[in-house]
Amino acid sequence: MKQSIIQWFKFGSPQAFYPLAGRMIPWFWAAAAAFGIAGLWISFFVAPTDAQQGEGYRIIFVHVPASWMSMFIYLVMAFWAGLGLALNTRLSGMMAQSLAPTGALMAALSLWTGALWGKPMWGAWWVWDARLTSELILFFLYLGFMALQAAIDDPRRADKAGAILALVGVVNIPIIYFSVKWWNTLHQGSTINLTKAPSMAHTMLWGMLLMALCFWMYSIAVALTRVRAIILERERHTDWVKHAVE
Amino acid sequence: MNAFLATVRRDLLLALRRKSEVLTAVFFFVIVTSLFPLGIGPEPVLLKKIAPGILWVAALLATLLGLPRLFAADHVDGTLEQMALSPSSLGLLVAGKILAHWLLCGLPLVLLAPVLGLQFDLDASALGILTLALLLGTPLLSLIGAIGAALTLGVRGGGVLLALLVLPLYIPALIFGAGAVEAHIAGLGAGGHLSLLAAMLALAVFFAPWATTAALRIALE
Repeated sequence: MKQSIIQWFKFGSPQAFYPLAGRMIPWFWAAAAAFGIAGLWISFFVAPTDAQQGEGYRIIFVHVPASWMSMFIYLVMAFWAGLGLALNTRLSGMMAQSLAPTGALMAALSLWTGALWGKPMWGAWWVWDARLTSELILFFLYLGFMALQAAIDDPRRADKAGAILALVGVVNIPIIYFSVKWWNTLHQGSTINLTKAPSMAHTMLWGMLLMALCFWMYSIAVALTRVRAIILERERHTDWVKHAVE
Repeated sequence: MNAFLATVRRDLLLALRRKSEVLTAVFFFVIVTSLFPLGIGPEPVLLKKIAPGILWVAALLATLLGLPRLFAADHVDGTLEQMALSPSSLGLLVAGKILAHWLLCGLPLVLLAPVLGLQFDLDASALGILTLALLLGTPLLSLIGAIGAALTLGVRGGGVLLALLVLPLYIPALIFGAGAVEAHIAGLGAGGHLSLLAAMLALAVFFAPWATTAALRIALE
């Protein structure tokens, strides 16, 4: 047997993962803070005022990373859910469960900041654009996942049922996205073209990337914190938890 | 195959002995579509424009109404466990139940839609496209809904939860189903929409019974 450098299966056990997560969390918080400070500094003080949109455009430094993370977290969640179904590992289901609220938060944040940005730029809080609509549907998918998990008392059954839902959702996301996109082009409701934005200044791109990294690190830190709480709750009958909380 | 047909026959028989349950969903469909003109106003031009959307949304809700019944009774009296233990594959039996559900809840909607479309002043060819779109779309609704019904089996607040899980997944069917009629009225031709609807149906026929079976096995554990 060849010894792998990282002992994946060892950290698949909640008992081994709990202290590891505890050690990792401060690092991710620190990274989130560092990227966040740098990103906010660039986005408020360095990035130039947009010629067409004025100062109001600066909300995209929060909006775009939030949208990215909302989509990415769903994929990660579905990955953990699928892994949990395939290998029947307990920790995978806990990871999926701990990611869902952060994903929903990102989707909500993206919709909210999008509305705040849309009002001065388009003159409307909401338009039935393909991206807005699919983001809204993604938010609904998160809510469904969390509601299903909350409704089932047995955590193992909740994990598995949630996993099937997450996988069905992940198969459906491209279908939903393209159907909404074609629906939008057929209707020609709004004449706004999001993709034809003026070419972005380098500093703006940097600000956005740094903010995306900040959101990423934040999501990992929060998900790990939440998974630690879930581990304690589910393993409360074991001896090691009694020692750990002392 | 015998087991499949036997399941379909059994579910149909059971439903026909209690007709009121099936008829409730059908009447719900009729009433909801009739409410819209009352709320919006009787202008024929406007009604004609929104008819496909209204009929499709009503069909979605009517299908949703019948979904909790799909497995609930069999789960309570233990039939579902016997099905899981039987020598024929559970997926096949589940497919039979879904087909029976469509025959009871979906097909009546397809047959009623042209009549209700007349209320909205749709012409004959648009009614034909609407019926065809519903014929392709309602089995899709039953198939996707079955996954949700299996996931929420025996769960607290199952009915409302089912709506929350299933309705976002129904959106593509709604878009292409209602879009087919709108495209036809606009003179663009409904072929593309109907083909996409048929493609999604083919995909769902393959995957949905499988996912439903997996969800049922979790519920039975």
